[in-house]
Amino acid sequence: MEKTGKSELLVAALQNGTVIDHIPSDKVFDVVNLLGLTNIDTPITIGSNLSSRKMKSKGIIKIADRYFTEEECGKLSVIAPNIVLNIIRDYEVIEKKMIAMPDEVRGIVKCGNPKCITNHEPMQTIFDVVDKENGTLRCRYCNKDVHKDNIKLL
Amino acid sequence: MDQTGRSLISLEGLDREDILWLLGHAAQFEANPNRKILDGKIVATLFFEPSTRTRLSFETAVNRLGGRVIGFSDAATTSSSKGETLKDTIMMVSNYADLIIMRHYLEGAARYASEVSPVPIINAGDGANQHPSQTMLDLYSMLKTQGSLDDLNIYLVGDLKYGRTVHSMLTAMRFFNPKFHFISPDELKMPDEYKEYCRKHNISFEEHSRFDEETIADADILYMTRVQRERFTDLMEYERVKDMFILKNDMLRSAKPNLKILHPLPRVNEIAQDVDSNEHAYYFQQAKNGLYVREALICNALNLLK
Ligand SMILES: [Zn+2]
Repeated sequence: MEKTGKSELLVAALQNGTVIDHIPSDKVFDVVNLLGLTNIDTPITIGSNLSSRKMKSKGIIKIADRYFTEEECGKLSVIAPNIVLNIIRDYEVIEKKMIAMPDEVRGIVKCGNPKCITNHEPMQTIFDVVDKENGTLRCRYCNKDVHKDNIKLL
Repeated sequence: MDQTGRSLISLEGLDREDILWLLGHAAQFEANPNRKILDGKIVATLFFEPSTRTRLSFETAVNRLGGRVIGFSDAATTSSSKGETLKDTIMMVSNYADLIIMRHYLEGAARYASEVSPVPIINAGDGANQHPSQTMLDLYSMLKTQGSLDDLNIYLVGDLKYGRTVHSMLTAMRFFNPKFHFISPDELKMPDEYKEYCRKHNISFEEHSRFDEETIADADILYMTRVQRERFTDLMEYERVKDMFILKNDMLRSAKPNLKILHPLPRVNEIAQDVDSNEHAYYFQQAKNGLYVREALICNALNLLK
Protein backbone atom coordinates (compact mmCIF):
# COMPACT_ATOMS: atom_id res chain seq x y z
CA MET A 1 0.00 0.00 0.00
CA GLU A 2 1.35 3.40 -0.82
CA LYS A 3 1.46 5.98 1.89
CA THR A 4 1.73 9.57 0.88
CA GLY A 5 1.39 12.12 3.63
CA LYS A 6 -1.84 13.41 2.18
CA SER A 7 -3.70 10.15 2.05
CA GLU A 8 -2.49 9.13 5.48
CA LEU A 9 -3.86 12.31 6.79
CA LEU A 10 -7.21 11.67 5.18
CA VAL A 11 -7.34 8.16 6.62
CA ALA A 12 -6.21 9.20 10.04
CA ALA A 13 -8.81 11.89 10.34
CA LEU A 14 -11.66 9.41 10.38
CA GLN A 15 -12.82 7.85 13.62
CA ASN A 16 -15.23 5.28 12.22
CA GLY A 17 -16.25 4.57 8.67
CA THR A 18 -14.83 3.69 5.28
CA VAL A 19 -12.02 5.15 3.24
CA ILE A 20 -12.23 4.25 -0.40
CA ASP A 21 -8.75 4.50 -1.84
CA HIS A 22 -7.07 4.11 -5.22
CA ILE A 23 -9.99 5.42 -7.21
CA PRO A 24 -8.91 6.58 -10.68
CA SER A 25 -9.38 10.37 -10.61
CA ASP A 26 -11.86 10.35 -13.47
CA LYS A 27 -14.04 7.75 -11.68
CA VAL A 28 -14.48 9.51 -8.36
CA PHE A 29 -17.94 10.79 -9.14
CA ASP A 30 -18.97 7.45 -10.65
CA VAL A 31 -18.19 5.94 -7.24
CA VAL A 32 -20.23 8.68 -5.55
CA ASN A 33 -23.19 7.85 -7.78
CA LEU A 34 -22.90 4.05 -7.60
CA LEU A 35 -22.84 4.05 -3.82
CA GLY A 36 -25.59 6.63 -3.61
CA LEU A 37 -23.39 8.88 -1.48
CA THR A 38 -25.47 11.93 -2.28
CA ASN A 39 -28.19 10.42 -0.09
CA ILE A 40 -26.02 9.89 2.96
CA ASP A 41 -26.15 12.45 5.76
CA THR A 42 -22.94 11.54 7.63
CA PRO A 43 -19.79 13.55 6.82
CA ILE A 44 -18.12 12.73 3.50
CA THR A 45 -14.77 14.01 2.26
CA ILE A 46 -13.94 13.67 -1.40
CA GLY A 47 -10.40 14.08 -2.66
CA SER A 48 -9.40 13.96 -6.27
CA ASN A 49 -6.26 14.44 -8.38
CA LEU A 50 -4.10 13.37 -5.45
CA SER A 51 -0.62 12.13 -6.20
CA SER A 52 -0.01 8.43 -5.94
CA ARG A 53 2.97 6.20 -6.45
CA LYS A 54 0.86 3.43 -7.98
CA MET A 55 -1.29 5.49 -10.29
CA LYS A 56 -0.92 8.71 -12.23
CA SER A 57 -3.36 10.40 -9.91
CA LYS A 58 -6.02 9.06 -7.68
CA GLY A 59 -9.10 9.89 -5.75
CA ILE A 60 -10.06 9.11 -2.18
CA ILE A 61 -13.50 9.18 -0.59
CA LYS A 62 -13.86 9.16 3.13
CA ILE A 63 -17.28 8.36 4.58
CA ALA A 64 -17.90 8.61 8.30
CA ASP A 65 -19.95 5.96 10.11
CA ARG A 66 -20.80 4.00 7.05
CA TYR A 67 -19.75 0.49 5.89
CA PHE A 68 -20.57 -1.15 2.60
CA THR A 69 -21.96 -4.57 1.73
CA GLU A 70 -20.32 -7.08 -0.61
CA GLU A 71 -22.95 -6.23 -3.19
CA GLU A 72 -22.19 -2.52 -3.04
CA CYS A 73 -18.47 -3.27 -3.31
CA GLY A 74 -19.11 -5.55 -6.28
CA LYS A 75 -20.68 -2.66 -8.15
CA LEU A 76 -17.46 -0.69 -7.83
CA SER A 77 -15.43 -3.45 -9.47
CA VAL A 78 -17.14 -2.63 -12.72
CA ILE A 79 -15.64 0.85 -12.94
CA ALA A 80 -12.40 0.47 -11.02
CA PRO A 81 -11.27 -3.04 -10.09
CA ASN A 82 -8.26 -1.87 -8.05
CA ILE A 83 -10.18 0.18 -5.54
CA VAL A 84 -9.42 -0.62 -1.90
CA LEU A 85 -11.85 -0.07 0.94
CA ASN A 86 -10.25 0.68 4.28
CA ILE A 87 -12.55 -0.16 7.14
CA ILE A 88 -11.88 2.22 10.00
CA ARG A 89 -12.85 1.69 13.62
CA ASP A 90 -11.58 3.93 16.36
CA TYR A 91 -9.02 5.61 14.04
CA GLU A 92 -7.52 2.23 13.09
CA VAL A 93 -7.65 0.51 9.72
CA ILE A 94 -9.03 -2.83 10.85
CA GLU A 95 -9.51 -4.28 7.37
CA LYS A 96 -8.43 -3.57 3.82
CA LYS A 97 -11.05 -4.88 1.46
CA MET A 98 -10.05 -5.60 -2.11
CA ILE A 99 -13.10 -5.70 -4.30
CA ALA A 100 -13.97 -8.73 -6.40
CA MET A 101 -15.80 -8.86 -9.70
CA PRO A 102 -19.25 -10.36 -9.13
CA ASP A 103 -20.65 -13.07 -11.46
CA GLU A 104 -23.31 -10.76 -12.75
CA VAL A 105 -23.90 -7.02 -12.83
CA ARG A 106 -27.46 -5.77 -12.65
CA GLY A 107 -28.81 -2.36 -13.45
CA ILE A 108 -25.55 -0.36 -13.41
CA VAL A 109 -23.99 -0.69 -16.84
CA LYS A 110 -25.47 0.54 -20.09
CA CYS A 111 -25.29 -1.81 -23.07
CA GLY A 112 -23.21 -0.26 -25.83
CA ASN A 113 -25.26 -1.87 -28.58
CA PRO A 114 -27.79 0.68 -29.87
CA LYS A 115 -29.95 -2.18 -31.20
CA CYS A 116 -30.11 -3.91 -27.82
CA ILE A 117 -33.59 -4.21 -26.29
CA THR A 118 -32.28 -2.79 -22.99
CA ASN A 119 -31.78 0.57 -24.69
CA HIS A 120 -35.42 0.69 -25.82
CA GLU A 121 -37.52 -0.76 -23.00
CA PRO A 122 -37.93 0.47 -19.43
CA MET A 123 -36.02 -2.51 -18.03
CA GLN A 124 -32.95 -3.43 -16.01
CA THR A 125 -29.71 -4.35 -17.78
CA ILE A 126 -28.01 -7.61 -16.79
CA PHE A 127 -24.44 -8.48 -17.69
CA ASP A 128 -22.67 -11.75 -17.06
CA VAL A 129 -19.02 -11.34 -16.14
CA VAL A 130 -17.50 -13.76 -18.64
CA ASP A 131 -13.85 -12.93 -17.95
CA LYS A 132 -13.03 -11.70 -14.45
CA GLU A 133 -9.33 -11.29 -15.11
CA ASN A 134 -9.70 -9.05 -18.12
CA GLY A 135 -13.00 -7.55 -16.98
CA THR A 136 -15.24 -8.59 -19.87
CA LEU A 137 -18.99 -8.34 -19.42
CA ARG A 138 -21.57 -9.90 -21.75
CA CYS A 139 -25.04 -8.45 -22.13
CA ARG A 140 -27.50 -11.21 -21.27
CA TYR A 141 -29.95 -9.87 -23.84
CA CYS A 142 -28.00 -9.09 -27.00
CA ASN A 143 -24.88 -11.17 -26.15
CA LYS A 144 -22.52 -8.34 -27.01
CA ASP A 145 -19.33 -8.05 -24.96
CA VAL A 146 -18.09 -4.91 -23.31
CA HIS A 147 -14.64 -4.46 -21.81
CA LYS A 148 -14.30 -2.70 -18.46
CA ASP A 149 -12.37 0.16 -20.05
CA ASN A 150 -15.30 0.99 -22.31
CA ILE A 151 -18.07 0.66 -19.80
CA LYS A 152 -20.74 3.36 -19.67
CA LEU A 153 -22.84 3.64 -16.56
CA LEU A 154 -26.59 4.11 -16.66
CA MET B 1 -33.85 -31.25 -21.46
CA ASP B 2 -34.29 -28.01 -19.61
CA GLN B 3 -36.02 -26.32 -22.54
CA THR B 4 -38.98 -28.71 -22.52
CA GLY B 5 -42.25 -26.88 -22.39
CA ARG B 6 -40.43 -23.62 -22.24
CA SER B 7 -39.40 -20.76 -24.42
CA LEU B 8 -36.86 -21.24 -27.20
CA ILE B 9 -34.67 -18.14 -27.32
CA SER B 10 -31.36 -19.55 -28.49
CA LEU B 11 -29.78 -22.98 -28.85
CA GLU B 12 -27.24 -22.15 -26.17
CA GLY B 13 -28.81 -24.38 -23.52
CA LEU B 14 -29.25 -27.45 -25.75
CA ASP B 15 -26.80 -30.33 -25.62
CA ARG B 16 -26.15 -33.09 -28.14
CA GLU B 17 -29.02 -35.26 -26.91
CA ASP B 18 -31.49 -32.36 -26.90
CA ILE B 19 -30.63 -31.45 -30.48
CA LEU B 20 -30.87 -35.03 -31.77
CA TRP B 21 -34.09 -35.56 -29.84
CA LEU B 22 -35.72 -32.50 -31.43
CA LEU B 23 -34.45 -33.46 -34.89
CA GLY B 24 -35.85 -36.96 -34.35
CA HIS B 25 -39.24 -35.41 -33.73
CA ALA B 26 -38.86 -33.27 -36.83
CA ALA B 27 -38.32 -36.47 -38.81
CA GLN B 28 -41.56 -37.86 -37.38
CA PHE B 29 -43.37 -34.72 -38.49
CA GLU B 30 -41.89 -35.08 -41.94
CA ALA B 31 -43.25 -38.63 -42.11
CA ASN B 32 -46.64 -37.40 -40.93
CA PRO B 33 -46.91 -33.58 -41.08
CA ASN B 34 -50.69 -33.29 -40.65
CA ARG B 35 -51.71 -34.19 -37.14
CA LYS B 36 -54.36 -32.50 -35.05
CA ILE B 37 -52.23 -32.17 -31.96
CA LEU B 38 -52.71 -28.40 -31.71
CA ASP B 39 -56.50 -28.73 -31.77
CA GLY B 40 -57.93 -25.94 -29.61
CA LYS B 41 -54.61 -24.10 -29.32
CA ILE B 42 -54.06 -20.52 -30.41
CA VAL B 43 -50.60 -19.44 -31.48
CA ALA B 44 -49.68 -15.78 -31.93
CA THR B 45 -47.14 -14.78 -34.55
CA LEU B 46 -45.87 -11.29 -33.69
CA PHE B 47 -43.60 -9.97 -36.43
CA PHE B 48 -42.35 -6.56 -35.31
CA GLU B 49 -40.13 -6.80 -38.36
CA PRO B 50 -41.53 -8.31 -41.54
CA SER B 51 -40.16 -11.69 -42.64
CA THR B 52 -42.65 -13.34 -44.93
CA ARG B 53 -40.62 -16.50 -45.39
CA THR B 54 -40.20 -17.27 -41.70
CA ARG B 55 -43.73 -16.24 -40.81
CA LEU B 56 -45.32 -18.43 -43.49
CA SER B 57 -43.24 -21.38 -42.38
CA PHE B 58 -44.32 -21.03 -38.75
CA GLU B 59 -47.96 -20.34 -39.61
CA THR B 60 -48.09 -23.32 -41.96
CA ALA B 61 -46.67 -25.47 -39.18
CA VAL B 62 -49.45 -24.36 -36.80
CA ASN B 63 -52.13 -24.83 -39.43
CA ARG B 64 -50.96 -28.31 -40.41
CA LEU B 65 -51.15 -29.32 -36.76
CA GLY B 66 -54.71 -28.06 -36.42
CA GLY B 67 -53.99 -24.93 -34.36
CA ARG B 68 -55.17 -21.40 -35.02
CA VAL B 69 -53.06 -18.33 -35.67
CA ILE B 70 -53.48 -14.73 -34.58
CA GLY B 71 -50.96 -11.91 -34.89
CA PHE B 72 -49.45 -9.30 -37.13
CA SER B 73 -46.84 -9.28 -39.85
CA ASP B 74 -45.51 -5.75 -39.53
CA ALA B 75 -45.08 -3.53 -36.49
CA ALA B 76 -46.34 -0.51 -38.43
CA THR B 77 -49.86 -1.88 -37.99
CA THR B 78 -49.66 -2.36 -34.23
CA SER B 79 -49.79 -0.21 -31.15
CA SER B 80 -46.02 -0.56 -30.71
CA SER B 81 -45.81 2.01 -33.47
CA LYS B 82 -47.75 4.28 -31.09
CA GLY B 83 -45.09 3.84 -28.44
CA GLU B 84 -46.45 0.84 -26.54
CA THR B 85 -43.68 -1.09 -24.81
CA LEU B 86 -42.81 -4.60 -25.88
CA LYS B 87 -43.77 -5.78 -22.41
CA ASP B 88 -47.29 -4.38 -22.73
CA THR B 89 -47.77 -5.95 -26.15
CA ILE B 90 -46.60 -9.33 -24.86
CA MET B 91 -48.82 -9.13 -21.75
CA MET B 92 -51.84 -8.28 -23.89
CA VAL B 93 -51.27 -11.05 -26.43
CA SER B 94 -50.50 -13.65 -23.77
CA ASN B 95 -54.09 -13.16 -22.56
CA TYR B 96 -55.24 -14.70 -25.83
CA ALA B 97 -52.56 -17.10 -27.06
CA ASP B 98 -51.03 -20.33 -25.74
CA LEU B 99 -47.71 -19.62 -27.42
CA ILE B 100 -46.05 -16.55 -28.92
CA ILE B 101 -43.73 -16.76 -31.91
CA MET B 102 -42.00 -13.45 -32.37
CA ARG B 103 -39.55 -11.70 -34.62
CA HIS B 104 -38.10 -8.36 -33.61
CA TYR B 105 -35.54 -5.92 -35.01
CA LEU B 106 -34.02 -5.38 -31.55
CA GLU B 107 -31.46 -7.81 -30.15
CA GLY B 108 -32.49 -9.52 -26.95
CA ALA B 109 -36.18 -8.75 -27.51
CA ALA B 110 -37.19 -12.41 -27.38
CA ARG B 111 -35.27 -13.09 -24.18
CA TYR B 112 -36.90 -10.11 -22.51
CA ALA B 113 -40.33 -11.19 -23.76
CA SER B 114 -39.77 -14.66 -22.30
CA GLU B 115 -39.00 -13.10 -18.92
CA VAL B 116 -42.24 -11.16 -18.76
CA SER B 117 -44.56 -13.54 -20.61
CA PRO B 118 -46.69 -16.13 -18.81
CA VAL B 119 -46.81 -18.21 -22.04
CA PRO B 120 -43.77 -19.65 -23.84
CA ILE B 121 -41.95 -17.62 -26.50
CA ILE B 122 -40.25 -18.91 -29.64
CA ASN B 123 -37.64 -16.56 -31.05
CA ALA B 124 -38.10 -16.26 -34.81
CA GLY B 125 -35.15 -13.88 -35.07
CA ASP B 126 -34.04 -10.92 -32.95
CA GLY B 127 -31.96 -8.52 -35.01
CA ALA B 128 -28.47 -9.83 -35.70
CA ASN B 129 -28.59 -11.96 -32.58
CA GLN B 130 -30.34 -15.38 -32.71
CA HIS B 131 -32.56 -17.32 -35.06
CA PRO B 132 -32.69 -20.80 -33.52
CA SER B 133 -35.29 -22.35 -35.83
CA GLN B 134 -33.10 -21.50 -38.85
CA THR B 135 -30.13 -23.24 -37.26
CA MET B 136 -32.25 -26.25 -36.34
CA LEU B 137 -33.47 -26.61 -39.92
CA ASP B 138 -29.87 -26.32 -41.15
CA LEU B 139 -28.89 -29.14 -38.79
CA TYR B 140 -31.91 -31.18 -39.80
CA SER B 141 -30.97 -30.79 -43.48
CA MET B 142 -27.42 -31.95 -42.77
CA LEU B 143 -28.57 -34.89 -40.68
CA LYS B 144 -31.11 -35.96 -43.27
CA THR B 145 -28.74 -35.77 -46.25
CA GLN B 146 -25.61 -37.10 -44.56
CA GLY B 147 -27.19 -39.71 -42.27
CA SER B 148 -25.32 -38.32 -39.24
CA LEU B 149 -24.13 -34.99 -37.89
CA ASP B 150 -20.81 -36.46 -36.76
CA ASP B 151 -17.45 -35.73 -38.42
CA LEU B 152 -18.73 -33.59 -41.29
CA ASN B 153 -16.58 -31.41 -43.55
CA ILE B 154 -18.53 -28.16 -43.58
CA TYR B 155 -17.57 -25.26 -45.88
CA LEU B 156 -19.00 -21.87 -44.95
CA VAL B 157 -18.84 -19.42 -47.83
CA GLY B 158 -19.52 -15.69 -48.16
CA ASP B 159 -20.25 -13.24 -45.37
CA LEU B 160 -18.78 -14.91 -42.31
CA LYS B 161 -18.46 -11.66 -40.40
CA TYR B 162 -22.09 -10.63 -40.06
CA GLY B 163 -23.79 -13.90 -41.01
CA ARG B 164 -25.75 -14.86 -37.95
CA THR B 165 -26.64 -18.31 -39.34
CA VAL B 166 -23.00 -19.32 -39.72
CA HIS B 167 -22.19 -18.23 -36.19
CA SER B 168 -25.01 -20.23 -34.63
CA MET B 169 -24.05 -23.20 -36.77
CA LEU B 170 -20.55 -23.15 -35.26
CA THR B 171 -21.88 -23.21 -31.73
CA ALA B 172 -24.60 -25.79 -32.34
CA MET B 173 -22.16 -28.16 -34.10
CA ARG B 174 -19.67 -28.19 -31.23
CA PHE B 175 -21.04 -31.56 -30.07
CA PHE B 176 -20.46 -33.28 -33.42
CA ASN B 177 -16.74 -33.03 -34.17
CA PRO B 178 -17.05 -31.08 -37.42
CA LYS B 179 -14.20 -29.78 -39.57
CA PHE B 180 -15.05 -26.27 -40.71
CA HIS B 181 -13.65 -24.42 -43.69
CA PHE B 182 -14.11 -20.67 -43.89
CA ILE B 183 -14.14 -19.08 -47.35
CA SER B 184 -14.79 -15.35 -47.50
CA PRO B 185 -13.56 -11.99 -48.77
CA ASP B 186 -10.98 -10.41 -46.49
CA GLU B 187 -13.42 -7.79 -45.24
CA LEU B 188 -15.98 -10.40 -44.22
CA LYS B 189 -13.74 -12.97 -42.53
CA MET B 190 -14.88 -15.03 -39.57
CA PRO B 191 -14.42 -12.77 -36.52
CA ASP B 192 -11.67 -13.64 -34.06
CA GLU B 193 -14.12 -14.25 -31.23
CA TYR B 194 -15.65 -17.17 -33.17
CA LYS B 195 -12.26 -18.59 -34.09
CA GLU B 196 -11.39 -18.34 -30.42
CA TYR B 197 -14.63 -20.16 -29.63
CA CYS B 198 -13.63 -22.96 -32.03
CA ARG B 199 -10.21 -23.35 -30.41
CA LYS B 200 -11.76 -23.41 -26.97
CA HIS B 201 -14.20 -26.14 -27.99
CA ASN B 202 -11.71 -28.16 -30.04
CA ILE B 203 -13.53 -27.46 -33.30
CA SER B 204 -11.03 -27.66 -36.12
CA PHE B 205 -11.16 -25.08 -38.88
CA GLU B 206 -9.18 -23.87 -41.84
CA GLU B 207 -9.41 -20.55 -43.65
CA HIS B 208 -9.27 -20.23 -47.43
CA SER B 209 -9.18 -17.17 -49.62
CA ARG B 210 -9.87 -18.99 -52.89
CA PHE B 211 -13.29 -20.37 -53.76
CA ASP B 212 -12.78 -22.89 -56.54
CA GLU B 213 -13.33 -26.49 -57.58
CA GLU B 214 -10.23 -27.75 -55.83
CA THR B 215 -10.87 -26.04 -52.50
CA ILE B 216 -14.36 -27.48 -52.10
CA ALA B 217 -13.66 -30.96 -53.48
CA ASP B 218 -13.66 -32.45 -49.98
CA ALA B 219 -16.89 -30.87 -48.79
CA ASP B 220 -19.86 -32.76 -47.34
CA ILE B 221 -21.78 -29.52 -46.86
CA LEU B 222 -21.33 -26.27 -48.76
CA TYR B 223 -23.14 -23.54 -46.87
CA MET B 224 -23.52 -20.43 -49.02
CA THR B 225 -24.45 -16.96 -47.75
CA ARG B 226 -25.00 -13.59 -49.36
CA VAL B 227 -22.16 -11.16 -49.87
CA GLN B 228 -24.00 -7.86 -49.55
CA ARG B 229 -22.71 -4.61 -50.94
CA GLU B 230 -23.71 -2.62 -47.85
CA ARG B 231 -21.41 -4.73 -45.67
CA PHE B 232 -18.31 -3.29 -47.31
CA THR B 233 -16.59 -0.16 -46.09
CA ASP B 234 -14.52 -0.16 -49.26
CA LEU B 235 -16.74 -0.33 -52.34
CA MET B 236 -13.74 -0.84 -54.63
CA GLU B 237 -13.06 -3.96 -52.62
CA TYR B 238 -16.65 -5.06 -53.10
CA GLU B 239 -16.41 -4.62 -56.86
CA ARG B 240 -13.18 -6.59 -56.84
CA VAL B 241 -14.44 -9.61 -54.88
CA LYS B 242 -18.18 -9.73 -55.61
CA ASP B 243 -17.84 -12.33 -58.37
CA MET B 244 -15.23 -14.40 -56.58
CA PHE B 245 -17.69 -15.95 -54.14
CA ILE B 246 -20.34 -17.09 -56.57
CA LEU B 247 -20.93 -20.81 -56.84
CA LYS B 248 -21.01 -21.93 -60.48
CA ASN B 249 -22.03 -25.28 -61.82
CA ASP B 250 -18.61 -26.23 -63.18
CA MET B 251 -17.07 -25.83 -59.72
CA LEU B 252 -18.95 -28.96 -58.66
CA ARG B 253 -17.25 -31.38 -61.07
CA SER B 254 -14.95 -32.85 -58.40
CA ALA B 255 -17.54 -32.77 -55.62
CA LYS B 256 -18.08 -35.78 -53.37
CA PRO B 257 -21.27 -37.69 -54.26
CA ASN B 258 -22.83 -36.86 -50.89
CA LEU B 259 -22.17 -33.10 -51.12
CA LYS B 260 -25.19 -30.91 -50.46
CA ILE B 261 -25.40 -27.17 -51.04
CA LEU B 262 -27.30 -25.22 -48.41
CA HIS B 263 -28.33 -21.57 -48.29
CA PRO B 264 -30.55 -19.81 -45.70
CA LEU B 265 -32.36 -17.94 -48.55
CA PRO B 266 -33.24 -15.54 -49.99
CA ARG B 267 -30.49 -15.89 -52.55
CA VAL B 268 -29.36 -12.99 -54.71
CA ASN B 269 -26.65 -14.07 -57.12
CA GLU B 270 -24.22 -16.06 -54.98
CA ILE B 271 -25.45 -19.34 -56.46
CA ALA B 272 -25.68 -19.35 -60.26
CA GLN B 273 -29.11 -20.35 -61.57
CA ASP B 274 -27.77 -23.42 -63.39
CA VAL B 275 -26.72 -24.93 -60.06
CA ASP B 276 -30.41 -25.32 -59.16
CA SER B 277 -30.78 -28.43 -61.28
CA ASN B 278 -27.51 -29.95 -60.04
CA GLU B 279 -28.11 -33.02 -57.84
CA HIS B 280 -26.03 -31.37 -55.12
CA ALA B 281 -28.39 -28.40 -54.80
CA TYR B 282 -30.48 -28.72 -51.66
CA TYR B 283 -31.53 -25.19 -50.64
CA PHE B 284 -35.17 -25.45 -51.64
CA GLN B 285 -35.66 -28.75 -49.80
CA GLN B 286 -33.79 -27.17 -46.91
CA ALA B 287 -36.42 -24.44 -46.70
CA LYS B 288 -39.15 -27.08 -46.79
CA ASN B 289 -37.48 -28.92 -43.91
CA GLY B 290 -38.08 -25.76 -41.90
CA LEU B 291 -41.74 -26.71 -41.70
CA TYR B 292 -41.09 -30.04 -39.96
CA VAL B 293 -38.50 -28.57 -37.65
CA ARG B 294 -40.89 -25.77 -36.67
CA GLU B 295 -43.68 -28.28 -36.05
CA ALA B 296 -41.35 -29.98 -33.59
CA LEU B 297 -40.23 -26.72 -31.95
CA ILE B 298 -43.82 -25.50 -31.53
CA CYS B 299 -44.96 -28.76 -29.96
CA ASN B 300 -41.91 -28.81 -27.72
CA ALA B 301 -42.62 -25.28 -26.50
CA LEU B 302 -46.14 -26.41 -25.59
CA ASN B 303 -44.82 -29.54 -23.90
CA LEU B 304 -46.61 -31.82 -26.34
CA LEU B 305 -43.67 -34.02 -27.37
CA LYS B 306 -43.19 -37.34 -25.65
ZN1 LIG C 1 -27.23 -5.61 -24.93
